[in-house]
Amino acid sequence: MGSVQYHAPQSLEEAVPLLKEAQKTPSRILAGGTDLLIQMRAGVKTPDMLIDIKKIPEVTGIEIGPEEIRLGAATPSAVMDESVELHRQLPGVVEGMELIGSTQVQGRATPGGNLCNASPAGDGAPAMIAAGGQCVVFGSNGVRTIPVEEVCIAPGRTSLADDEFIQEFRFPTPKPGQADAYLRFIPRNEMDIAVVGVAANITVDASGTCTAAKVTLGAVGPTVVIADKVAELLVGTKLDDATLAKAGEMASGLGTPISDKRGTVEFRHRIAGVLTRRVIQIAATRAGERL
Amino acid sequence: MSENKDYKWVGTRPIRPDGADKVTGKAAFGADKNLPGMLHGKILRSPFGHANIKSIDTSAAKSAPGVLAVMTSKDLPDLPSEMAEAGESAVDFRDLSQNILAADKVLYHGHAVAAVAATSAKLAQEALKLIKVEYEELPVVLEIEDAMADDAPILHENQFTSGDSTDKPSNVAAKMKLPRGDIEKGFAEADVIIEREFTTPTVHQGYIEPHAVTASMSASGHADVWCCTQGAFVVRAMTAKILGMDVGKVKVTPSEIGGGFGAKTTVYLEPVAVKLSEMSGRPVKMVMDREEILRATGPTSASVIKIKLGATNDGKLVAAEGTLKYGAGAYKGSPMGPGCMCVFASYEIPNFLVRGFDVVLNKPKVAAYRAPGAPMAAFAMESVMNEMAAKLDLDPIDFRLENAVKEGSVAAYGPKFPAIGFVETLKAAKEHPHYSAPLGKNQGRGIGTGFWFNVGMQSSATLNVNENGSVTLITGSADIGGSRASMALFAAEELSISYDLITPLVSNTEETSYCDVTGGSRTTFATGMAVVKAAKNLVANMKKRAANTWGVEVDEVLWQDGQAVPPFSSGKNPMSMAEIAASAAKTGGPLTASASLTAQGAGAGFGVHICDIEVDPETGKTDVIRYTAIQDAGKAIHPSYVEGQYQGGAVQGIGWALNEEYVYNDKGVLQNFGFLDYRMPVANDLPMIDTVIVEVPNPAHPYGVRGVGETPIVPPLAAVAEAVNNAVGVRICDLPISPPRLLAAIDAK
Ligand SMILES: Cc1cc2nc3c(=O)[nH]c(=O)nc-3n(C[C@H](O)[C@H](O)[C@H](O)COP(=O)(O)OP(=O)(O)OC[C@H]3O[C@@H](n4cnc5c(N)ncnc54)[C@H](O)[C@@H]3O)c2cc1C
Repeated sequence: MGSVQYHAPQSLEEAVPLLKEAQKTPSRILAGGTDLLIQMRAGVKTPDMLIDIKKIPEVTGIEIGPEEIRLGAATPSAVMDESVELHRQLPGVVEGMELIGSTQVQGRATPGGNLCNASPAGDGAPAMIAAGGQCVVFGSNGVRTIPVEEVCIAPGRTSLADDEFIQEFRFPTPKPGQADAYLRFIPRNEMDIAVVGVAANITVDASGTCTAAKVTLGAVGPTVVIADKVAELLVGTKLDDATLAKAGEMASGLGTPISDKRGTVEFRHRIAGVLTRRVIQIAATRAGERL
Repeated sequence: MSENKDYKWVGTRPIRPDGADKVTGKAAFGADKNLPGMLHGKILRSPFGHANIKSIDTSAAKSAPGVLAVMTSKDLPDLPSEMAEAGESAVDFRDLSQNILAADKVLYHGHAVAAVAATSAKLAQEALKLIKVEYEELPVVLEIEDAMADDAPILHENQFTSGDSTDKPSNVAAKMKLPRGDIEKGFAEADVIIEREFTTPTVHQGYIEPHAVTASMSASGHADVWCCTQGAFVVRAMTAKILGMDVGKVKVTPSEIGGGFGAKTTVYLEPVAVKLSEMSGRPVKMVMDREEILRATGPTSASVIKIKLGATNDGKLVAAEGTLKYGAGAYKGSPMGPGCMCVFASYEIPNFLVRGFDVVLNKPKVAAYRAPGAPMAAFAMESVMNEMAAKLDLDPIDFRLENAVKEGSVAAYGPKFPAIGFVETLKAAKEHPHYSAPLGKNQGRGIGTGFWFNVGMQSSATLNVNENGSVTLITGSADIGGSRASMALFAAEELSISYDLITPLVSNTEETSYCDVTGGSRTTFATGMAVVKAAKNLVANMKKRAANTWGVEVDEVLWQDGQAVPPFSSGKNPMSMAEIAASAAKTGGPLTASASLTAQGAGAGFGVHICDIEVDPETGKTDVIRYTAIQDAGKAIHPSYVEGQYQGGAVQGIGWALNEEYVYNDKGVLQNFGFLDYRMPVANDLPMIDTVIVEVPNPAHPYGVRGVGETPIVPPLAAVAEAVNNAVGVRICDLPISPPRLLAAIDAK
């Protein structure tokens, strides 16, 4: 690690000149640092400048409105976990973030960092995508909004420009009968990387019929896999055992997982199916309770 | 069972003397030693799993900024092959030297090749990149069976299987055989015969504290070494030997130690740091990172073990055959010997044959790990015992009771057992409520038993009485599990003074007399014996001084409640230890007593573990839901630390069984070189491990102590596998029982 300039802008305006500088100087946005600092120490990332965005008020915090939920991109996962209201509204999004690392890591780890680290096995993204999340992207030339699924383009790579960062996430506030859930598989119970992760966002009506669904899978491909076919299968059914079994079967055929020290191709396919079935069940149960 | 009312201190649970410093962060560990002008040393490591070294050019590194010394194996004396006792096992100093810095060949990925000392760790790291090494890559061999094949790549052209009359070099460094009776006749008498093969992966001890050393060579050629080790004297011996120094000119000061489990009974950095200090004229500090630890320090052996077992319908063992192959890593010296001696040690078997193989591979040279060799052997044997019990429709504990060794049994490895507690431990397990508790869906229970010899070896202790009657207790035994508390308890008991009056210390190699390593579960047993002996000497001395003061015969004086008590007829008042100490100047000078000994009669330790597991049959994930470790301690001096040993051993054994393993690619490069992917259990993976301390006193120890530190890692492997079998009906013979493997086995059912 060579010498590194560190900046911590206190406002979005203060960030603008730094972002302009970032177009010339190899730089990195710093949120919790639980990915970045480790990569820097290992010599994998070697920025000359760090822009710490945690001090910018617009970039942290949770606001829950009737139409929209706003989640600051640099909100620590422990803060998300402590928000009773966020748990009530988007339990799956919280689940994706609150199982990261350990208690200590959760005090730092953020959803923006998790997404922008662009690990295929990142736990945050699947549920944020399933919940229809949008990113408010702040750049030196202004603000744009893109869906969460458009951020990661390959392992370790995002679609953001050098002078951009994610300011906040916005989610449509779930309607009655709508709920989400996230499950991941790891061999241990903590401090591990997802072998597979699956999120489901399910809406049911009073008769128990599924009226909308979104299912997403992590760690089975270079980026999150959106299982549209599985969602189509669910809509219009009562999410009975046979449908769930079929959804699981379908999900186990998705993606292009790899064999590595964390699991084999066959194992990942199998687990994707099992988790898909289970996570839909959990989301559906929650959805029913929200009618 | 553990509290003995006859003792005032032994068997109680006072706070450990090193506790407050450890929980407040004040305790100094290996990497905490800093000296003025200190340099930082770094090691260049092999990028190949197996290669000839054609040349090493260090010239550019030598002139790099901040660099004051660069060394290779050329800077170490070329040692002849020479076996010496070191720690618990023998070591060849030539191998040790070449393991620290490779000479002509690198034998595993991460093998040390050169070292640099510079003014900062960063500059040292940068300079490593300037060292040019020309390698000739060779094929790697990673699996035991492959290494034993006729056409295997040979690691050492000058290694011939010891005992074989052949001129063909071999990766089999040694073979051994342990026979009894006639196995053909034995198997002919058997009603049921089971034969199975088991494999276990390479696993690491996983101590939290990295290897660290700071060394300073004086102008007069006297080396000062600070490091974390299980034995300062063994570091001294090895460092002196590797550098060709007089042991009297090497002083080793042990730091607090953050885990060793047997692995810190050898050296990696110490001789290098001393040499770099000599070359640079400055102190040198070296600290490994986790990646270096996993790639290049000694894990324990992988194994391939075949067991054939014969029993009669009424549950008597009649014959057994075991073939035990242990991977030694790059240099000979796997725990083949103890493994072969252990495998049938728990049972009376009239006919058996054990064959052992010590096989070198392109992996790091193995180091000791808790009961070296025994967990793998017990995994195989105890798994077959469980299967046999099921076949014979016998309760697995009853089946073992039927065949268990007891006082007077001739151990499979030769000697006759004195009083031992295997039967008592089995009975305690059977009576434990855990053994008969109901189980739920997808849950299963298994048991496994374990044996370990334990050792005695050399120890010394000194007691210095301060002028107020308090005592400084000095030994050279590294405290890796609370032994200072136990030493103080022994002294408190013998002197019959308060535990709080005793300050137990672990000293350096120049300020206390010799102690062998803290290994072989020997410290409470052997160093404890030295403390007891020194305390008895001290009491005798104090009684003598009191007798002289009173003008009475020494054998008329009693030692009670920390005071010398005169005969009633003398009309004198008792003299407390404080009074005797205060008047020491007039009665013969400072009060001090020492004792040293080679402890004989280490008592064998037996354990029985009960494990409940729940399996998710759809994912192959296992969760340990209840676990009880029952073991004979002989006598628990500080029961909390005995329980701590039972729990720690159980946890490491569970990790070994479920998820831990070295994953190599086909070039011999370790893929999981950190704790993220080298999956030791974390706290929330496990329930509280319940413990039961059984006490069948060891007749050779004044308080009945047996070693307790190693036995607890022996039973879990088979207990876990059997619990899985009882949960989902698949018998896993290849560890670890990781989810993909278990799921595949469930599918194949
Ligand atoms: C012990 C440990 C365990 C872990 N366990 C898990 C786990 O179980 N699951 C999991 O998914 N991850 C895990 N992680 C990884 C990591 O903690 C998470 O990915 C975390 O969410 C990263 O957030 P951060 O704020 O720390 O990111 P940082 O390290 O600050 O940043 C990560 C990357 O994103 C960029 N970045 C950060 N914020 C923004 C932004 N707002 N806009 C644009 N770019 C940005 C940075 O430049 C950097 O490239 C673990 C890490 C550790 C150390």
